[in-house]
Amino acid sequence: MAEFKEISPNASAGEKLLNWVDNRFPASKLYKEHLSEYYAPKNFNFWYFFGSLALLVLVIQIVTGIFLVMHYKPEATLAFASVEYIMRDVPWGWLIRYMHSTGASAFFIVVYLHMFRGLIYGSYRKPRELVWIFGCAIFLCLMAEAFMGYLLPWGQMSYWGAQVIVNLFAAIPFVGPDLALLIRGDYVVSDATLNRFFSFHVIAVPLVLLGLVVAHIIALHEVGSNNPDGIEIKAHKGPDGKPLDGIPFHPYYSVHDIMGVSVFLMVFSAIVFFAPEFGGYFLEYNNFIPADPLKTPAHIAPVWYFTPFYSMLRAITSEMMYALIACVLAGAFLGVTKAKLTGLIKGGVIGGALVLVALMLSIDAKFWGVVVMGGAVIILFFLPWLDNCAVRSIRYRPDWHKYLYGIFVINFVILAYLGVQPPSPIGERVSQVGTLFYFGFFLLMPWWSRLGQTKPVPDRVTFAAH
Amino acid sequence: MSDHAVDTSKRTWLIASTCAGAAGGVAVAVPFVSTFQPSERAKAAGAAVEVDISALKPGEKLTVEWRGKPVWIIKRTPEQLESLKKTEGQLADPKSERNPSDLTPTYARNQGRSIKPEVFVGVGICSHLGCSPSDKFQTGAQPSLPDDWQGGFLCPCHGSTFDMAGRVFKNKPAPDNLEVPPHMYLSDTRLLIGEDKKA
Repeated sequence: MAEFKEISPNASAGEKLLNWVDNRFPASKLYKEHLSEYYAPKNFNFWYFFGSLALLVLVIQIVTGIFLVMHYKPEATLAFASVEYIMRDVPWGWLIRYMHSTGASAFFIVVYLHMFRGLIYGSYRKPRELVWIFGCAIFLCLMAEAFMGYLLPWGQMSYWGAQVIVNLFAAIPFVGPDLALLIRGDYVVSDATLNRFFSFHVIAVPLVLLGLVVAHIIALHEVGSNNPDGIEIKAHKGPDGKPLDGIPFHPYYSVHDIMGVSVFLMVFSAIVFFAPEFGGYFLEYNNFIPADPLKTPAHIAPVWYFTPFYSMLRAITSEMMYALIACVLAGAFLGVTKAKLTGLIKGGVIGGALVLVALMLSIDAKFWGVVVMGGAVIILFFLPWLDNCAVRSIRYRPDWHKYLYGIFVINFVILAYLGVQPPSPIGERVSQVGTLFYFGFFLLMPWWSRLGQTKPVPDRVTFAAH
Repeated sequence: MSDHAVDTSKRTWLIASTCAGAAGGVAVAVPFVSTFQPSERAKAAGAAVEVDISALKPGEKLTVEWRGKPVWIIKRTPEQLESLKKTEGQLADPKSERNPSDLTPTYARNQGRSIKPEVFVGVGICSHLGCSPSDKFQTGAQPSLPDDWQGGFLCPCHGSTFDMAGRVFKNKPAPDNLEVPPHMYLSDTRLLIGEDKKA
């Protein structure tokens, strides 16, 4: 509890008002802690634009979403027509709708780049584990938000995409079929499904998302931002107790981020006005056909941002299960022979591996596909404990780490590409190799991240005044 | 804190009231989660559908909606019936033995999976992830299909194939045959889908 502060009677009306508020609500305190006296490292580069841009896109999605809800009808017989009504009859409705649909793709572009930044500069490492975990939870919420939002236009892709994804849950042993029924609220995707997805999309998930964004920022401001050098600026403080390599977020980074916002809005507007469908990647052509429960389109693919994970799902065939079983057995063998574990834990590893192999043999590959797809996202949460490298930033890691991260990105893009393509035998093989690489990258990280000679880390951040 | 003696009776009541509160919370969650179930109206919409098949010619397919799903009624030609014998060896479950209670009513557990040999009634939803397979009645080599194709169905989503009796081919993503819904003949040309005599 703060002391009640008296202010000089000669103070201006504005100062008196602020003092009145500050005695009742920590307005100045919050402003200082999070903006004017939040010290961020001065060596931020290009990659540090995407955090503030993600916040901007969130605002765009919420504002455009509010206006779309004013005209949209969450009813199976009316939904498709109401979206077309927004596009054709509502004044400027097309702009609001295209901002929202482009915003969805923009959100994922920005968030993927933001996550990549965290990955290469080790921003997830101690003491920033919770910043990273909140961020992963935000990513998960975004995926749910995007998936449920995609059903709302009630086009062919909306309908059959939801049908396929909800049926994935039916693959879970014992409870699966009932769970799928509970999600749909009907025996097929129907009006009941549309209504509940609408509710989740406009109320439930956004509320959780906002809470997580606040938690993400509070956690970040508690520990302070990382930087491209991956060193703590708090290690060198001036006599005033402020980090020597830190600058106040406002005005320095608030103004800096305005530049990022300007460039982003140029690109965003160009897409909204000139290529809102983006060649069928942001809005799929089949979704301009009203949902028909009796006819599946010839080719079903999720929107681009889900395709890497969708590829991994499709990669899990009954043949692939044998490769995975081999991986489990190899992992257990290495764990028992190489790792320094007690006999009891070794026994546990062997027993666990045998149980897992038995389950892998007895449960359908379809279920393991779902497990792999979910695991590909969930594994990100564990990154802070998988990385054992002596340094945080890619700048001071062995050079071959850079190539490994490069291959990881290329692999992710290839998986994304294969996910939009119709299934083919070659694509299947490539996606299987890609899936093994994706998981190998993370699961073997405790081992490979320790290898090689790291470079000397500077004492102070690398910064050239300009 | 540690130098204070623990008031055990207070602690007991705190634990008891916390448990009671948690039980109450779970009890309140039940009605909320229950609303996710199919509504009474959705269950009632499963009513049987009557179809007149007098105009259906051999080789033609009619699609009707039952419980929101496409139900196919196909009058098979003698050649198509003949093809069922040839496909037998390449099928995952030729005798409809898997999940028979859900997928194949007793009166359809035969080679054609039908009551009348020529008329096939099946739910046009793939047993993999719920897409609706496309008709591939044309025999012979064509894209996505084997060269000795005998006619049947191809699921566009993940490439599962089915023969003219909705039986799934081996080594495909779909684990099961297409569902044959409960159905019965009211007369020679009037079919009731969704109900059979025993129901």
